[in-house]
Amino acid sequence: MANVWFWLLAVVLAVYAVLDGFDFGVGMLHFVVAKSQAERGTLLRSIGPVWDGNEVWLIAAGGTLFGAFPALYATAFSGFYLPLMIVLWLLLFRALGIELRHHSDSPLWHELWDVAFSGSSLLLALFFGAALGNLVRGLPLDEKGDFFEPLWTNFRVGDRTGILDWYTLLVGVTATAALALHGALWLNWKTTGELVERARLWAHRLWLAVLALTVITTIASVIVQPQLLRNVTRLPIGAILPLFAFAGLALARLSLRAAPRRAFFGSAAFVLGLILSAAYAMFPYALAARVPGRELSIAQAAAQPATLSGMLAWWLPGMALAIAYSLLIYSRMPKTFTTEGEEH
Amino acid sequence: MTALGLHRFQFAFTITYHYLFPQLTMGLALVLVVLKALAHYRRDPDYDVAARFWTRLLGVAFVMGVVTGIPMEFQFGTNWSRFSRIAGGVIGQTLAMEGVFAFFLESSVLYLVLFQEERLGPRRHFLATAALCTGTWLSGFFITCTNAFMQHPQGFVQDAEGVLHLTSFSALLLNPWARIEYAHTMVGASITGAFTVAAVGAFYLLQERHVPVARKMLGAAVVMGAVASLAAAFPTGDAQAKAVHEYQPESFAAMEGHFHTERGAAMTLVGQPNVEEQRIDNPIQIPRLLSFLTHQRWNTEIKGLTEFPRERWPDNIALLYYAYHIMAGLGSLFIGLMGAASMLLYLGKLFQLRPLLWALMLAFPLPFIANTAGWLTAELGRQPWLVRDVLRTSAGSSENVSSGSTLFSLLGFMGLYAMLSLLFFLIVNKLLQRGPVAKEGA
Repeated sequence: MANVWFWLLAVVLAVYAVLDGFDFGVGMLHFVVAKSQAERGTLLRSIGPVWDGNEVWLIAAGGTLFGAFPALYATAFSGFYLPLMIVLWLLLFRALGIELRHHSDSPLWHELWDVAFSGSSLLLALFFGAALGNLVRGLPLDEKGDFFEPLWTNFRVGDRTGILDWYTLLVGVTATAALALHGALWLNWKTTGELVERARLWAHRLWLAVLALTVITTIASVIVQPQLLRNVTRLPIGAILPLFAFAGLALARLSLRAAPRRAFFGSAAFVLGLILSAAYAMFPYALAARVPGRELSIAQAAAQPATLSGMLAWWLPGMALAIAYSLLIYSRMPKTFTTEGEEH
Repeated sequence: MTALGLHRFQFAFTITYHYLFPQLTMGLALVLVVLKALAHYRRDPDYDVAARFWTRLLGVAFVMGVVTGIPMEFQFGTNWSRFSRIAGGVIGQTLAMEGVFAFFLESSVLYLVLFQEERLGPRRHFLATAALCTGTWLSGFFITCTNAFMQHPQGFVQDAEGVLHLTSFSALLLNPWARIEYAHTMVGASITGAFTVAAVGAFYLLQERHVPVARKMLGAAVVMGAVASLAAAFPTGDAQAKAVHEYQPESFAAMEGHFHTERGAAMTLVGQPNVEEQRIDNPIQIPRLLSFLTHQRWNTEIKGLTEFPRERWPDNIALLYYAYHIMAGLGSLFIGLMGAASMLLYLGKLFQLRPLLWALMLAFPLPFIANTAGWLTAELGRQPWLVRDVLRTSAGSSENVSSGSTLFSLLGFMGLYAMLSLLFFLIVNKLLQRGPVAKEGA
């Protein structure tokens, strides 16, 4: 039962990355794809109806983690204290950037919130990527099973790690590039005119960067944490996940011009596939440790079986409802967003 | 301050600030349902104009609630990791339910309510508004259940390592404490909604702007405010006080400032608790009233604080006592103010009576204070426990997070929330200046 929850949680987190990921991507490209304030308004309108619902996946993931894996929640959240606080503050600025901008007509006011939105989106992608890097690399768990990481130490992957070292930064940059591409593909699908031209141009550039960075990061991951390959050598069927991811990335490139919607789903598959690959590689541990033997296993981290099965009974229908609400909004929002006719 | 003190202060600060917004959102969501129902039944488009105006304000309050709410869920893990490890199997359930059942619903229908009124048509837009109200009130329910478990834990067992395991989902959700606390909390939120709407209505009437719409919102708000204010005292406040008396007798004695066991106990209205000498200084009391309100008999015995061992006493008796008395005092004031306003509305004199309009306009901060004081009463009364009789507060904080890190984040939150307050007032001011205008593009 604990393993079922591990995979459900991995899926929820991956869906969060896919959904809020394109919000982050749009944010990162805010100043390069949109050249005027009117165009920036269009970019914001293209995510306006859905970004908050996308963020709820993070809250749902947090709640699910708390209920199903209390020990993991406790250890990871307290150990990642500083980056989490920074993430909270960045999420605050991101939300303000999106929601406050339209409350005034002043260009200065718009500029302020454009910068807040764009900058926080970029940093959030970087931090979430670095967080994933930390989980893959392993954490400095002590004898009691706790840890506390400073933001950085000496940027080496040693015994005394920080949140940021060369490896986690590499993962962060890869995630940033991947989500920027994802956002570009959203705009490629949802906008028109010059916006779509520029979004496509950026998608072209980013695609190559993402491919290169993903290959480099994959190699670096295996060097930093050789344990990563243990599952895929034991049970090679898991290799389907990274293959799925790369198929998605290829699809994104091939459909870029002809089928923008399919290209977006391609990059969604890429993000989803990468995160699930990481989960597959980590299994059966919830937290990998720098010192072998101190890992927190999924079973140790989980609530007791009766709670987990009871939780499943309300969680599955609840999430089905949640998906239905999301689909309703995605289907009711405008198909494309144009800049013409915007007053400024 | 010690690391524990900082963890406590940060949680108290962030949740107190956070709850300023949800109480407004939940209250306004109910006001919206009322206004839209009135628009329909009275066939009066002014109510729709008022509803549209308040929808925009609710949107802003909602965003504030979201950005200050996410830190709350995170802080269980970041600052209270030992508590999370021990109780997460139980309270993680209700917190996850809030996300799954309430937040997805709210975030989706808010878009429909705000931007799709024309596309949906009146009937379906009303349903969307009702769904938004349901979402916000569900959210309140799951959070209250979480708190109720900490106040009066039900449906769990504790294993040899001290970890709590849930034995009954229904005991968690149908906890008698939760029912009472939820009713009292939601009535409190409704008061906030009603006072806020009444204040703005009074403001426009005093300025003689948007008069027809302002009358509609003020009229609806004072009736709702009167009903909610009465319900805050009876039956919900009464039931809450009795629940505290039954399940947390030490807290009851402390919040009433009742130090010594006696028959026919007096109720203290005003006075300063002197914890050292265990008495109330300069009291104004009503003889035997505490016994009567608690047991419906004038002569029954009420246990005083000295009856209980010191290590079970709440750790800040003075603040607990004051918080409770401020809440109860303001609650009585609300009944008087909204009762008088409703009476004058019935007599057709409310809209001309400028002193009362002034009072209604200036009264809007009071429900925020009363709700805050009420939660202070509940949470200080729970001390020294995190989960009553199960886990002490001192045993719940994150040991691996230093006081320096906590001070850093606390100061960060203080600065950011100061900025949020400024932005909120700036935008509310803009919305108020624009006012409830009839034709509004989505």
